[in-house]
Amino acid sequence: MINPAIELQTVGPNDRNRVGGKGFSLAQLKRGGILVPNAILITSDTYASYVSSTGLREQILLELSRKDFQDMRWEEMWDASLRIRNMFLKTAIPPELVAQLKRVIASGFKSSAVVVRSSALDEDSGIASFAGLHESYVNVRGIDSILDHIRLVWASLWSDRALLYRQELRLDVERSAMAVVVQELVEGEKSGVVFGKHPMDESQAVIEAVYGLNQGLVDGIVEPDRWVLDRKTRKLVSHATATRNKALVTSREGVSLEPLPAGKLSGAPLNSEEVTEVFLLAFRAEEIFGSPQDVEWTFRQGALYALQSRPITTASPDQRDDKRPWYLSLRRSFENLKALREKIEHDLIPRMVREANALAERDPKALADSELAEEIARRSSIHKRWTDVYWTEFIPFAHGARLFGQVYNDVMRPSDPYEFVDLLRGSELASVERNRMLEEMAASLRADHALAEELRNEDYARCDEDFVRKIEDFLEKFGNIFVGTGSPQQGRKALIKLLLEMTDRGRAKSQSRSGSITLLEENFLSQFEGDQRTYAVELLELGRASYRLRDDDNIYLGRIEAQLFLALQEGKSRIGTRSGIDAANIDAQEVIKALTDVGYTPVSGDAAPPKTKRGFQLTARQILGQPAGPGIATGKARVIAHLSDLMDFRAGEVLVCDALDPNMTFVVPLAAGIVERRGGMLIHGAIIAREYGLPCVTGVTDATLLIQTGDQLTVDGYLGIVIISRENGSSNL
Amino acid sequence: MTEIAKLKKQLKELFASQKLAVLATHNEKQSYASLVAFASTADLKQLLFATTRATRKYANLAANPNVALLIDNRSNRETDFHKAVAATATGKTTEVGTRERTRLLKLYLGKHPHLREFVSSPNCALLKVKVDSYFVVNRFQNVMELRPR
Repeated sequence: MINPAIELQTVGPNDRNRVGGKGFSLAQLKRGGILVPNAILITSDTYASYVSSTGLREQILLELSRKDFQDMRWEEMWDASLRIRNMFLKTAIPPELVAQLKRVIASGFKSSAVVVRSSALDEDSGIASFAGLHESYVNVRGIDSILDHIRLVWASLWSDRALLYRQELRLDVERSAMAVVVQELVEGEKSGVVFGKHPMDESQAVIEAVYGLNQGLVDGIVEPDRWVLDRKTRKLVSHATATRNKALVTSREGVSLEPLPAGKLSGAPLNSEEVTEVFLLAFRAEEIFGSPQDVEWTFRQGALYALQSRPITTASPDQRDDKRPWYLSLRRSFENLKALREKIEHDLIPRMVREANALAERDPKALADSELAEEIARRSSIHKRWTDVYWTEFIPFAHGARLFGQVYNDVMRPSDPYEFVDLLRGSELASVERNRMLEEMAASLRADHALAEELRNEDYARCDEDFVRKIEDFLEKFGNIFVGTGSPQQGRKALIKLLLEMTDRGRAKSQSRSGSITLLEENFLSQFEGDQRTYAVELLELGRASYRLRDDDNIYLGRIEAQLFLALQEGKSRIGTRSGIDAANIDAQEVIKALTDVGYTPVSGDAAPPKTKRGFQLTARQILGQPAGPGIATGKARVIAHLSDLMDFRAGEVLVCDALDPNMTFVVPLAAGIVERRGGMLIHGAIIAREYGLPCVTGVTDATLLIQTGDQLTVDGYLGIVIISRENGSSNL
Repeated sequence: MTEIAKLKKQLKELFASQKLAVLATHNEKQSYASLVAFASTADLKQLLFATTRATRKYANLAANPNVALLIDNRSNRETDFHKAVAATATGKTTEVGTRERTRLLKLYLGKHPHLREFVSSPNCALLKVKVDSYFVVNRFQNVMELRPR
C-alpha cells in the first residue's frame, strides 16, 4: 500500500519526485525559517495509483496517440484535453484510496478552507517553469470537495497548454505524473508576486501587489501596483500605481471579484516597510535555493506568508512558425472576453458588413484596366486587413465557447464532453438561415412540377416571376455561393442545379431540438445560486455569442473575399482574352502587373507535380480523426478539392474536404455525413454537422488524399473513424 | 519520405523485430490458427514459413491455399493499445520449388538458424505466401492497405 501524502515538515531531500516542484520548494522555505501556510502534499504515487488502477493511464495515451502531436492544431489539442479532463471527472477515486486520503486530509485541516494546487514533477525545476499551466483552486471546503478538486488538478496535467509545453521541452508524456499541494487558505488582505531578479533587467528586482487574494493578480484580472528595486544598492527605483478598483476575495465557495472599498482606492496596497519586507523575502528565498526566485506571497494581519516559490526561468524558445503557443496564450479571462464581444459585435462586424457592401457597389466590369488593377490592389489590402482582424480579434473570442464548455463539464459532468455545444446553439447561425432559404425554394419546386421542368430545361424566360425574384434576392443577400466557380451567370445556373438536386432528394431532416435545449439550460442554471447564477447566465450568453461568431465571422469575411475574387476574375478574364493564355493560376500581384503593363507576360502558378509509378499501392481502409458529430452514416464520398466540385454534389453523398468553409455549406443539407482534414469541435464543419444532426469526423490527416470521390464510406461519428471500401486503385499519396 | 515508403519501412522493422506469425488457414468447415516462424523477402512481396506435411495446417493449405498471416509487436501490456503495430498479410501459399529453394532457404535460415534440422527433415515443407495485401494497423484503429504490384 502506498503512503498517499506527506506533511510539509517531513519532506526529505530525495522527495522531489514524489511531491513535485511546488511542494518541494514549500518544504525548503519552511525549513529555511520562512512563514508558509500549513500544507499536506499528495504524492505522485497517489496519482500513479489512481490512473493505473482505473485504467485511465492507457485511456489517456490512446487519446493522445490518435494523431501525431506535430499534426495537431490548437483546437484539436484543446479537444483532446477536454476529453481527457472528462475522463478524470467521470472516473471516481477507488474507495480504498479515498479512505486513506480522507484520513490524512482530515488530520491536517479538519473543517478549514484550503487551496488545492498542482505540483507537477518537472515543474519549477529551474529548467521548466510551469507557472499558471496547471490549475489551482482557492477556498475549497469539505473533504469531498477537496477530493473532487484534487482530481481536477490531476486532470490539468493534460490541459492543452501543459501538453504543448511538455512537448516543447521534450518531456516524456508517458511518464508525466502530478503531485498536489493541499494548503491552508491564508486569506490575506493584500497579496502579490516578487521577482528576485527582473526578467528584463538583471540588476533589478520587482514586486507586484494587489488588494485581496493573489489569484486576482496571477490570473490577470486585477491590475497590480509595481515597485522596482536595485538589487545591489537595495534602493527603490520606481513605483508605478495601478488603477485600483477591485479585488478578488473569497466568497461562500470559491472566489469572487468585488469592488474595492472607498478607503483603499487611493492607497497603495503596500507601505514602504512592507515593500522592504517583501524584497527581503525574495532575497532570503534566493539564499535558500541558490538562484533568484519568483515568490508568491500574502499579508494576513501583518504577517507575511510565502505561498510558493520557483526559480526565474527564461521564456520558452521563440517558435515563430508554430502559431499554437500563441493561440494557447489567448486564454482570456471572462471580463476580457466580455469586452472583446462588445467590440466585435458593435464595431468590427458592422464595419465589415459596410465594407463588403461598399465594395459590392463598384462593378469591376465597368472599370478601365488601370482602374481595375488599382481596385484589385485595394480589395487585396482590405481583405488582408480583415483577415488580420480575424486572427487577432475573432479567433481569441472562440475561447468564450471553451470557457463555457469547461464550466459546464465541471458542473454537469456529462457523459458526452460536447453536450455543452447543444446548449450553445441558442440562436440561429447565418449559414443555417441561408440553408433554410434554399430549402424553401426547393419546397416550391417540389410543389410546382411545371416550374421545376422549366428550370431543368433552362427555360428561364418562362419561369414564374416570383421564383426568379427569390433567386435574385438570395444571390443578393448571400452573394454568389458558388464563388470560385466562374461568372455570376454560372453561379446562378449552379444554384438552380443545386435546388433541383434538393427537390429530387426530398425534404431535409431539420434539427428542432429547442425543447431539449431548454431542458439542458434549466438543468445547468439550476446548479447555481445567487451571484453565481448571474455569472452562469452571463457565461452562457458569452459562450453563445462566441459560438455564433465562429460561424458568422467566416461568412462576413467570405463576403469580402468574394468581392476580391470578382475583381480578380475580371482581371484574369481580360488577360486571358488578350494574350490567349490560361490565366486561372495567376496570383493577384501578377494580374495587377499584367493589367498595368500590356506588354507584360504574367507568370502562372505551379501545376501539380507529375505522379510517379511505384511498386506498391496504398489504400486507406480505416482512418482516425476526432468524433465531431455523433451518428453513423454510409454513402459515396464526394471529395471537394475545388469549390467547383460542389456543383456535382449529389444527395446522400459524404462530404469530404480539407477545411469546410461556411461558404461551402449550402450542400450540407444534401450530405449524409462530413469528413474533414482540419480538426476541432468548434470548427465550422463540426458546428454545421451538429446543427443538421449529421455524423461528422474531423481532424483526419490527409483526408482528401486518402479518400477518392466514389469510395464507399462509413462515417462513425461516435468513435471518430472513417471506414473506406474501394475495390481497386490507390489513393493520391 | 512518401507514405508508401514510410509504411514499407515500418513493415521491415516489424518483420525484423518478430520471429513468429499467426497463420490462419481454413478447411471446408473450420478456420484454424497456428504459430509459425516466418521470414520475409527484402521486397516484402513474399513471406516464408515451414511446416511438416502431417500437420492440420498443411492439410488445410492443400485444400485451400488462401491464408492470412498476422505479425505484431505487442508486449502483453496495456500500452499495446496505443503503441503496438499489427500487420495482416493475405495471399496464396505454394510450396517453394526446387529452382528457388536454395535462395529462399538461405533467407529463412538466416533468420531462424536453429531450425536448420527441422526444415531439412524429409517431411518438412518450406512454403511461401505471395502477398496480395498487407493490412497495417497502428494507433489502435488506423488501418492502411499496402498492395505489392
